[in-house]
Amino acid sequence: MSGSRTNDTGRQFHLPAWLPAYLQAAPLTIILGGFLLLPLLMIAIVSFWDYDFARMYPDFVTFNYSETLGSWITWKTYLNTLKFAAIVWAITLFIGFWVAYFLAFHVRSTAMQMVLFLVCTVPFLTSNIIRMISWIPVLGRNGLINTALVNTGITTEPVEWLLYSDFAVVLAMVHLYTLFMVVPIFNTLMRIDKTLVEAAHDAGATTWQVLTNVIVPLAKPGMAIGTIFVVTLVMADFSTVQVMSGGQSASVALMMKNQMSLLQYPAAAANAMVLLVLVLLLVAAILRVVDIRKEL
Amino acid sequence: MAKTAEIELASVSKIYGTTTAVHAISLKIPAGSYCCFLGPSGCGKTSTLRMIAGHESVSEGDVVLGNKVVNDLAPAKRGTAMMFQSYALFPHLDLVDNVAFSLKMKGVGKEERRREAIEMLKLMQLEPYVNRRPAQLSGGQQQRVALARALITKPQALLLDEPLSALDPFLKIQMRAELKKLQASLGMTFVHVTHSQEEAMALADLVVIMNDGRIEQAAPPREIFERPATPFVAGFMGSHNVISGRPVANAEGKATIEVPGGGQFSAFGRAPEGQEIGSIAVRTDRVLLEEATEPGFGFAGVISNVEDLGATVKLSIQGAGLEDFTAILGDTAYFAKPVKPGDAVHVSWAPAEAIVLGHI
Repeated sequence: MSGSRTNDTGRQFHLPAWLPAYLQAAPLTIILGGFLLLPLLMIAIVSFWDYDFARMYPDFVTFNYSETLGSWITWKTYLNTLKFAAIVWAITLFIGFWVAYFLAFHVRSTAMQMVLFLVCTVPFLTSNIIRMISWIPVLGRNGLINTALVNTGITTEPVEWLLYSDFAVVLAMVHLYTLFMVVPIFNTLMRIDKTLVEAAHDAGATTWQVLTNVIVPLAKPGMAIGTIFVVTLVMADFSTVQVMSGGQSASVALMMKNQMSLLQYPAAAANAMVLLVLVLLLVAAILRVVDIRKEL
Repeated sequence: MAKTAEIELASVSKIYGTTTAVHAISLKIPAGSYCCFLGPSGCGKTSTLRMIAGHESVSEGDVVLGNKVVNDLAPAKRGTAMMFQSYALFPHLDLVDNVAFSLKMKGVGKEERRREAIEMLKLMQLEPYVNRRPAQLSGGQQQRVALARALITKPQALLLDEPLSALDPFLKIQMRAELKKLQASLGMTFVHVTHSQEEAMALADLVVIMNDGRIEQAAPPREIFERPATPFVAGFMGSHNVISGRPVANAEGKATIEVPGGGQFSAFGRAPEGQEIGSIAVRTDRVLLEEATEPGFGFAGVISNVEDLGATVKLSIQGAGLEDFTAILGDTAYFAKPVKPGDAVHVSWAPAEAIVLGHI
């Protein structure tokens, strides 16, 4: 624009005012667009295609959805996945809160706090699969626990339900996902003004009353963020369910994986869309209950 | 309202590891009085308050409330209520629930505690805001909520930890007046920690000046201002020039000291026996630019600085071994005979304006 001004002595190069802002926003737009929106769009499109045992046919049919939603198996699988999500959520919330509470309010020195916090994260330096598989020698029929139980005479037979059961699935998931609850709750608790606790004691509150009336209400945003992490992770999990249940339990993601291995991509895509809507509804419900804006 | 209690500290100490924050202080705060703990930061005033409140354990000595030793009682069992520096209002509760908090802890029913809390908020003129959260209030309003929350426990003594420090200067003066009025109408013992001399002068019946974990002086504000007991008090209150030197004479109720630079200064009063250093204080606003009529009550010096403060003019004078001697003159007196930096002047004061300071 300034190029049209003839009295400019030096030729200056001017960027239009709007360009830098767009350039700054571009990298994230490209990543989100290319790796999130585009694949989602493709899944949404494919979910309406037709298919047979060998290939897919571009089309607009809705039987992928009607078959998915009309099948008793699907409903059972969804319920099973939701059951895992609920149990794992409850246990990780309970453990996560107490760990974070201990770290934030009962460890006095900041240095010790950081050390213990890092100790919590150490298991996350190994891969999910390895941490999961390492449960097998512990829980198996001839594993550590069963051997100990039989050798001490507590039981005569090895306990069967330790491995390849819902118990094993929940145990492994709790192990894998508790940290996702600890971190956001710890973060919220660390921001609570310690004089609030004193003020509550001054007003005659017992330690338990301080916890229920002051600390838990103020920790809600952290709990909500942790809940979103854990619920979405459990809903999308297939490897833990497959390995730890020994194929006896099903999850939605596992069902999708099976459909894909049978080359039923449109069916898997329809399933994925249903799962996506369900998870988004769950997250929306959590956000309606708890205002997490202050934490972001 | 509730009956009010006398507070007594009997050689109370607070020791953190190897450092002693409070050194065996003893003090009696009469029931129904307004007491201000005054001192620079780190002097132990807040630790003392927190020991009275029960938020800090007493390392040695006894805290007595009414006739009861309360060392081992929980804060709420002592009959004290504390107002925190940042007010510590619960951000997730509205004003009614904030004020009703202690009643809820006691198990009072919802209807009753809300009714009582609203009554207390009415008393604090916060009725229009009862359903708001603390973050939606101004600093002054938050302070009134904190007061309401403390008073609803019907305490025998209210403990205030720098309650005015978070307010802007104008609001500070306004809230100061409200605090004084409230204390007078409740007749309750107030213990107020502050680092502002002005605040202590304006509010207190009893000012306790602390330094380095010890009480330098505990007296009514007028006495603190007119007759500071120690060089620290005189310096901290800022109303006196402190002259320190070697004692040279101590006769007929008149003490004389010699400043390293050569000048000799006297004051009527008994100097403490057997001390290496004697100190004399001279009121800054009673200094005259005249030749001394009696030796030891004036000196000759040079003006080093002049500050016009409006109603008064502050002169800094050097001479007779004194680095920075302050004289505050009324504007009429100053402009009748103005001086400027570099002028040689005679400085003097009436013998009654000089007092002997003790050392602790």
